Amino acid sequence: MRIVLGFASGLVFGLGLVVSGMADPAKVLNFLDLAGSWDPSLAFVMAGAVVVTFVGYRLAFARKAPLLMESFDVPRAKDIDLRLVGGAAMFGIGWGIGGFCPGPALTALPLLAPGTHVFVPAMLIGIWAGVRAREAFALSRIQKGA
Amino acid sequence: MPLAETNFTPLASLLGGVLIGLSSVVLMLFFGRIAGIIGIAARALQAVAVPAQDWYWRIAFILGLLAAPMAAALVTGDPVEQTVSGNLPAMAVAGLLVGFGTALGSGCTSGHGVCGLARLSPRSLIAVLTFMAFGFATVFVVRHVIGGIA
Repeated sequence: MRIVLGFASGLVFGLGLVVSGMADPAKVLNFLDLAGSWDPSLAFVMAGAVVVTFVGYRLAFARKAPLLMESFDVPRAKDIDLRLVGGAAMFGIGWGIGGFCPGPALTALPLLAPGTHVFVPAMLIGIWAGVRAREAFALSRIQKGA
Repeated sequence: MPLAETNFTPLASLLGGVLIGLSSVVLMLFFGRIAGIIGIAARALQAVAVPAQDWYWRIAFILGLLAAPMAAALVTGDPVEQTVSGNLPAMAVAGLLVGFGTALGSGCTSGHGVCGLARLSPRSLIAVLTFMAFGFATVFVVRHVIGGIA
């Protein structure tokens, strides 16, 4: 059941990325190009996704627990720190160069573009390094007593 | 220089966004987890090294993502259109920055952008405003200052 639902959610998410145009880096880069070939389509992706999720989450959180797990496990961090802003800034620069964020890059793998096949392994190395950097950052805060 | 011209597609993009939202709601309703691609990918990567109890659904989710272009082509009868930069060194740098930045900042377009904003998280709002601003600025510099990277 978990595997079937996991696969189905991934498939629907991926279809959303393909149908919306998010899986096409040209469309993403044109969205980010306010001063040139601006294509505002991706604002509609964001609007559709956020509204549906906002309403659906309210229905989900009306339950005591999710259907297949014992409890909801949502991020609880509250602090707005250098890690959050610095990480988001690096992500934004990489997004602006390649036109891929993580989901579309994975979904685009079977479309066999050479750029995607360089981007995704580099991204996985980046994730590995970033998780380690995040742990080091958390450790240094504990040692400082922050 | 744009990589390729693209048409304004408000309806298709809205429909795609709704599908992304539905998937995020299913993950929360059944698994109690946010649909953050970077979190799912990072935990799936960790599970390769240290098998964890509930990693199967994450691997299945990624397999679903990978199956999507083929499913879309079957439904519509047309191959998926896409233009990816052929500048491989630039794509390598972009991939490293996206992976490192999203892991360090604990979220990407889906985790902060969709799920975080839907939860009205101030952290996610700051993350989204930051990566959007840097995305706009980077494309401006790449296309209008250095003249494109092809």
